[in-house]
Amino acid sequence: MARLTIDDLKKIKEKQKSTFALREGGYRAKITVHMGTCGIAAGARELMTALLDEIAQAKVEDVITTTSGCAGLCAREPMATVEIMNKPPVKYGDLNGDRIREIFKEHVLGGNPLEKYALVVGSETTY
Amino acid sequence: MKDLSLHILDIAENSINAGATEIRIRIVEDIKENLLLIEISDNGRGMDDETLKKVCDPFFTTKACKRTGLGLPLLAQSAKECCGDLTIRTAKGSGTTISAAFQYDHIDRKPLGDMTETLIVLIASHPEIDFIYKHRKNESAYIMNTALLREELDGIPMNSPEVIKFIKDDINAWLNQADNMIQ
Repeated sequence: MARLTIDDLKKIKEKQKSTFALREGGYRAKITVHMGTCGIAAGARELMTALLDEIAQAKVEDVITTTSGCAGLCAREPMATVEIMNKPPVKYGDLNGDRIREIFKEHVLGGNPLEKYALVVGSETTY
Repeated sequence: MKDLSLHILDIAENSINAGATEIRIRIVEDIKENLLLIEISDNGRGMDDETLKKVCDPFFTTKACKRTGLGLPLLAQSAKECCGDLTIRTAKGSGTTISAAFQYDHIDRKPLGDMTETLIVLIASHPEIDFIYKHRKNESAYIMNTALLREELDGIPMNSPEVIKFIKDDINAWLNQADNMIQ
């Protein structure tokens, strides 16, 4: 490790412990970025970086991100699937950093799926 | 792929799909030896000889939903374009090691790209997997082991924003330091 020390980690641990204890272990929303070779080549990594940034900024702790492989629609990559608990999953295509930020605000935080970028609703569940 | 860090992300995703719980990423940048080496090894389910023979064929895939498998063929092409090569060591049930070697100063060698972003994306979306990242740039070396971090964090999830920021800052600090040493 270069500059940060174990003490820095300990600070994070102490700071987080109080909020973490309140969580019930579950999450409200899950965002899957499709990271097959096609997705990565089309810019999927940028989507994930944008999402991590939005999650940190919004200070939400019940949203998780994960990756999956090629969904068989390589021409519409980069793609992401948003699953809100007890709602049908929505698959979005032709995304970029700005569009996924928009989806995060409108759909994940606001609860309203963004029809203009949506490809399909209710096609798959991974939870 | 625009740069090598995207290839690394792609190959590491293969490891995850192969059920790996530990993924080692090693990068060696040795200007004196004129070598750039990338090695990704995992403890996933590995491949049998039959699969290994076909894995660099772009029209071979293990997935039923598609007819191409471009990840490894593209990496092999990127390596061969600059006097390098791709080697795969694997056995059924005992993991896979992918090594790609590149001539460091070859005009067609892709830049390494943003390794911090690749690692952050991997760790944040797969917090349960142990990532061991070793990077050597000439005389300067860096190592990060998320298994040790996890132990230290004592229950705080690896993908919480504070931890992600910690990891990001740590890798960036070393990369900047290593770059300055070369100049």
